Amino acid sequence: MTGVGTHDGALERLKRDGRIVVVGASLAGLRAAETMREKGFAGSLTMIGDEPYEPYDRPPLSKQVLLGHAVADRTALPRRRAIDADWHLGVPATGLDMAARRVRLGNGDEVEYDRLLIATGVRARPWPNEEEGALEGVFVLRTRDDAEGLQRALAAGPRRVLVIGAGFTGSEIASACRERGLDVTVAERGAAPLVGALGGVIGEVAAEMHREHGVDLRTGVMVTGLEGGPAGRVRAAHLSDGSTVEADVVVVSLGAQRNTEWLAGSGLGAGPRGIACDAGCRAFDIRGIVTDDIYVAGDVARSPHALFGYQFLSLEHWGNAVAQADTAAHNMLSESSDRRPHLWVPAFWSSQFGVNIKSVGVPPMGTEILFTQGSRAERRFAAVYGYQGRVIAAVTFDQCRWLQFYEQQIETTAPFPPPFSTVDRRPEGNKPVPADFPDPSVPTHGPTITLSGYSPADRKMTFTPARH
Amino acid sequence: MTQDILREIIDYSNRADPYPLYEELRKTPVFHNGNGGPYVVSTYYEIQSLLHDPRISSDARNLKAAGDDPLGRSEEEGTTLPPSFLKLDPPDHDRLRRMTNRPFGPPHSPHRVHDMLGELGGLVSGLIEGIATTGNLDRIDLVDQFAYPFPVSVICRLLGVPREDEPRFHVWAETLAASLDPDPDADPAQHGKGAVDARMELGMYLAGLVEERRKDPGDDMLSQLATADGPDGSMTTMEVLSTSALLLIAGHETTVNLITNGMLTLLRHPEVLQRLREDPSLSVPIVEELLRYEPPVQLLPQRSTLSEIEVAGVTLPKGASLWLVLASGNRDPKRFENPDRFDPDRRDIQHLGLGSGIHSCFGAPLARQEAQLALSELARRLENPRLLEDPPPYRKNAVLRGPRHLPVACDAIRP
Repeated sequence: MTGVGTHDGALERLKRDGRIVVVGASLAGLRAAETMREKGFAGSLTMIGDEPYEPYDRPPLSKQVLLGHAVADRTALPRRRAIDADWHLGVPATGLDMAARRVRLGNGDEVEYDRLLIATGVRARPWPNEEEGALEGVFVLRTRDDAEGLQRALAAGPRRVLVIGAGFTGSEIASACRERGLDVTVAERGAAPLVGALGGVIGEVAAEMHREHGVDLRTGVMVTGLEGGPAGRVRAAHLSDGSTVEADVVVVSLGAQRNTEWLAGSGLGAGPRGIACDAGCRAFDIRGIVTDDIYVAGDVARSPHALFGYQFLSLEHWGNAVAQADTAAHNMLSESSDRRPHLWVPAFWSSQFGVNIKSVGVPPMGTEILFTQGSRAERRFAAVYGYQGRVIAAVTFDQCRWLQFYEQQIETTAPFPPPFSTVDRRPEGNKPVPADFPDPSVPTHGPTITLSGYSPADRKMTFTPARH
Repeated sequence: MTQDILREIIDYSNRADPYPLYEELRKTPVFHNGNGGPYVVSTYYEIQSLLHDPRISSDARNLKAAGDDPLGRSEEEGTTLPPSFLKLDPPDHDRLRRMTNRPFGPPHSPHRVHDMLGELGGLVSGLIEGIATTGNLDRIDLVDQFAYPFPVSVICRLLGVPREDEPRFHVWAETLAASLDPDPDADPAQHGKGAVDARMELGMYLAGLVEERRKDPGDDMLSQLATADGPDGSMTTMEVLSTSALLLIAGHETTVNLITNGMLTLLRHPEVLQRLREDPSLSVPIVEELLRYEPPVQLLPQRSTLSEIEVAGVTLPKGASLWLVLASGNRDPKRFENPDRFDPDRRDIQHLGLGSGIHSCFGAPLARQEAQLALSELARRLENPRLLEDPPPYRKNAVLRGPRHLPVACDAIRP
């Protein structure tokens, strides 16, 4: 078995009795496995996941679960088909031997593969001070267990909740707290909520939403320390402006970190910003050479996108995970001439304070913004982002049915500002204004799209030959 | 492409099977006869994208020359009612649709349609019992005896029309529906007159009901529309009237055809009918496939362009009238495999039968529920049903297309 798809029948052999290993048993991993079986892969399939649970859905965790409307252990992902896999759950992958085609597991086992798919995703960025982060009442929100713990803490009726970071997840948590009638303070380093993902103009709208719903929103501040009580329970937080917030529950919502540490020293092009791959989801090795047998999908992948200047995009998007998994699975089982590029247009949604927010494209690339439909004051609008005279992204607040049109505008590199009239154009929609994104070199809570083309971190990687 | 293809589509002699004409039409995805007529869009992806295009207006006031087009006739024509949200653009459309949705669907009224299931079941049983007691199983008209009365009763219950007034509603609905059928032989003045009177009477009746409900509100939609005071404020009486008139017309004209087209299709595909008889849950994919294969609304004739836009290489001028031929898009081989095959096992079925975008069918959850129930019950209870005329006589209308009568025979009605 060569494992490489050539016209000598190797591909047929791979499909018949090859070994495919999927590291990461979440959305992308599961969907890829399903696609592979659908495409007639009859060999052995191994699924490796560090959590003890079968693949589950994450979007409800920061919404319905926190409100107590759904139970965390009931968010298992629906299966499209049986995948007949050998599951290793609750066991992390700890290493990769590219030359021997082997994945090492946390329990000492090793699994051999002919094709490997890496879909290890991201994890919540923890509170930087480990001791403070370990205080009772301090949470992050990424996993089912996180959501269950936080839900219980909210149900217990804390006097005040502090959310650190007003990205999408932080804002959704604040919204859930208010819906539960809890007092909540949100501390955000940027000038407004969502500013890293959608810019300052939209951030201002988000800030109004917070305040109108009774959130104690503090912007332009950092939390400098968490203080515990005698019982090891969090009691208060100290802010960079000298103020103190007393809170029984603190949710650290500072974005995500890519799960790539287990690949250190493997020779794969993996780093803090994810695993670089080509448009066909094939991973690069550390020398920038594409591998033939290792594929990447989901939040952990960084791939170049033709529509966005071939910059490497890392996307923490549900839809991207599904689409990329599908492409990766297809390409893993295809001759090179049949492979497809992953050219998904980034799309993201959130639900907070009763408002449905959706975006398409890459807003942080935008330099200007124009409200094409509806009104900012009514918080029902569609707005497009402009970049060098073209439409690069769009966002809607309670106007998602128009989004498909704007997606087409992005796909066809339509001119910005748009030269046409639309229904529901208001006077404010006549002139673009600066989109007001913060300086990208200043880290904020995690944006959901990372443009990671030229990261200084990449240069720090050292060439470590694979084990022989 | 013949210049007269639009005439042929409207021509009644092609009503029973317009699909070959649509196939012809699709050869020119954006067809324009060059005589100031509408731009006709017939392919799936182009229609789908125009339905989401904010440069397209549904407001009849933006249409330059709709008046001389029999299909462009306004439902509110000849009345003083303001246009319903079907014929408005945002923000007015959004506000009215939102307010109408509050008592109808999620998030504020997630149970409305579900809670009507028992009542729907009772109506269906009652109508089938009625067929059984007439005793003439050699010739049943499934339109007059079933598919027509059913949705009108449903709308009456939904709006909160008292049972004793339902018969009057049936008469108005029938008259208004007839007026939607363009009749080239009728004297235009006379043709529209019955409808104007019916609309007037219906409007006055509803106005009285709105007054009553304001004093003594119930759980019905009319009460809630009349007394609503939410974040969008409240509807004026005229808005309540035009909205309920819309619900009445749009809510049953389409469902009648969905059920009738459905039974006709099932009788033409006896193997599917048999499967449905054995497994009522098959009604869910069957109705979805029907919405693709025989959509009750064949085309949307009332859109216009607010800007010059390009579609499939054709530049539509600003102010152009558009026809979006949903039924043709649904049979576009570039989108669906074997599009002319009725296949309830089809997996990839994002049809245009209920429209798409902000004007997508408001009553879709109810319509689906009604059709699923009606078809599965008819399949279960009619023993050995047979089509007596194929094709059956069709209604005149090319837009809201469906059989006027559906004569069938059966051996017995099962309990």
